[in-house]
Amino acid sequence: MSKMAREILRLEGICKSYHVGQPNQTDVLHNISFSLDSTDFAALVGPSGSGKSTLLNVMGLLDQPTAGELYLLGQATSTMMEEQRTQLRGREIGFVFQFHHLIQAFNALDNVLMPLMLNHGKPTQEDVEYAHYLLRQVGLEKLANRRPNELSGGQQQRVAVARALVSKPALLLADEPTGNLDSKSAATVFELFRKMQVEHQCAVLLVTHDERLSSACDRTITLFDGRLQQA
Amino acid sequence: MFVRKWWTDWLVALAFLRDGRGQTVLITVGVAVGVAVIVFVTALIEGLQANVIERTLGTQAHIRLLQPDEVNRVAPVTDGTIHLVHEDQRAQRLRSIQNWQELLVALDQRADLTVVSPLVSGPALAQRGAAVKSVALVGIDWPRYRQLLPLDDYIVAGQVRIGADDVLIGSQLAHELGVQVGAKIRLDTGQTNARVVTIAGIFELGVRELDARYVYMDMKQAQPLLQLIGGVTVIDIRVTDIFQAEQIAQRLHRLTGLKAESWIATNGQLMNALSAQSLSTNMIKIFVGASVAFGIASVLSVSVVQRTREIGILRATGASRAQILRIFLLQGALFGLLGALVGVAVSYALVWVFNSFGPGLFYIPIAPQLIVSALALAMVTGIGAAAWPARRAANLDPVEAIRYV
Repeated sequence: MSKMAREILRLEGICKSYHVGQPNQTDVLHNISFSLDSTDFAALVGPSGSGKSTLLNVMGLLDQPTAGELYLLGQATSTMMEEQRTQLRGREIGFVFQFHHLIQAFNALDNVLMPLMLNHGKPTQEDVEYAHYLLRQVGLEKLANRRPNELSGGQQQRVAVARALVSKPALLLADEPTGNLDSKSAATVFELFRKMQVEHQCAVLLVTHDERLSSACDRTITLFDGRLQQA
Repeated sequence: MFVRKWWTDWLVALAFLRDGRGQTVLITVGVAVGVAVIVFVTALIEGLQANVIERTLGTQAHIRLLQPDEVNRVAPVTDGTIHLVHEDQRAQRLRSIQNWQELLVALDQRADLTVVSPLVSGPALAQRGAAVKSVALVGIDWPRYRQLLPLDDYIVAGQVRIGADDVLIGSQLAHELGVQVGAKIRLDTGQTNARVVTIAGIFELGVRELDARYVYMDMKQAQPLLQLIGGVTVIDIRVTDIFQAEQIAQRLHRLTGLKAESWIATNGQLMNALSAQSLSTNMIKIFVGASVAFGIASVLSVSVVQRTREIGILRATGASRAQILRIFLLQGALFGLLGALVGVAVSYALVWVFNSFGPGLFYIPIAPQLIVSALALAMVTGIGAAAWPARRAANLDPVEAIRYV
């Protein structure tokens, strides 16, 4: 890959604690600093309770760090208003959750289009065509009108991947994206991430327990007790 | 931009309503029952009140202007004088309203009055053969009076023809005197004049007292009989808004110095009954409205809990707090609107059944503005009821919401 790598995300001294100042204060993340480039295909690994999900939520602007600064595309996010962060999240970050969370009331196509619709209302013809393209990419073109409950677990996860990519995000975050899938579906989804990363030049970070999955990534970030472990 | 964003809010709100079909149907039925009760009860009471008012006031003036009572004037005494007064109240003789022609011109200008009709009235005895009945002579200005009371509609024999020696009498009086149209009776006012008149028509107002006592004749014939040449004793007035009658009466009193009696003052019982009725309908409306609101609020609260995870996903995929808030407020408004549409249809059916197969005592009209206000009120109630659940949904922490199972 000879393309120029650009910095997508940079964490500087991120700490996260719960119940701050109370006797039951829990420090989950300690002084985390690293950055992700547009060429990065990284795995975030670590034992249960090491703070992986918390870090993922902080990186996804779903949660605020207690200390430290997070730069997304060069913009400092700690001083942003809630509304601004929501907008940035909608535009620049794609999420894939462990349990392929789709909205049951909508069919696959509308689920894919949801981030665009939430961001700028009625989708354009172009948006719809792109959503169809993504569904084709994940091999679900023919099931675009099916509701989530009419799809298998693997199919739902692939819809979620298409949804995460529809707004052409700079950062794709996935929390155990294959944890719930059989090995064949897991491989398909993983390949999809690979393909999308190359195609869209977005940074990809997968949280995983699966060693096979993490070893297939270009880079591994390891968390242990909320601290970064240098490989 | 706003319109474009709202498009998605509508889409999601409608999808949620469709998705939770069972809940939507249940709450729609709940709201519909409430709205139907409110619309039907309102229409029923309005119909009933209109009917009562029409029956009671249909043959009455809303305001009567009269010459004020005569009082004794007692000469003032100097300070320090002990002053003992033994006063006999004055007898109230029949007197004309002063300057009534000018007053008439002035009253005709007022927009809040629909009919202004001067009349001269006083007591008399009607005699035929050996039968003598006490009657009330009413001298009217027919073109004006007919707007107050269209006697044509109440004529049972003969026709409305007054002037010369022609008079109209009530059916009961005709029966008691044993006369028919064309017969002659003698009217004696106890003053110097007595007169023989011809019965041109017999009316039946449906109020026994009036049918037994009223003798209508032309004002100009009645004036000399009552020794009030050129005078009138009463000015009858009808107003546009009958519930304003008392205020208008007081205004006219201050303006003219005349005694002004409104129907509200003279029919205190009726007014009380109407107010009590309105109060109880309002209570029914408030309680039913409150239970509708609680119904919507509880259904939406359950929905927020059920959709916690989906709300989390929406937030993670870029929905703002404001959007989540709007999605749930819209659902509340739609519950209200849907329910109100069904409810209005049901109440229409109820009213139709009442009007077609009911006891037939009176007719219930449904005013279009009642429908419009019912729909608007139901939507506002829906939004109000949705406020709390919507706030809860908007304030959900996306991280926790997504993990929620």
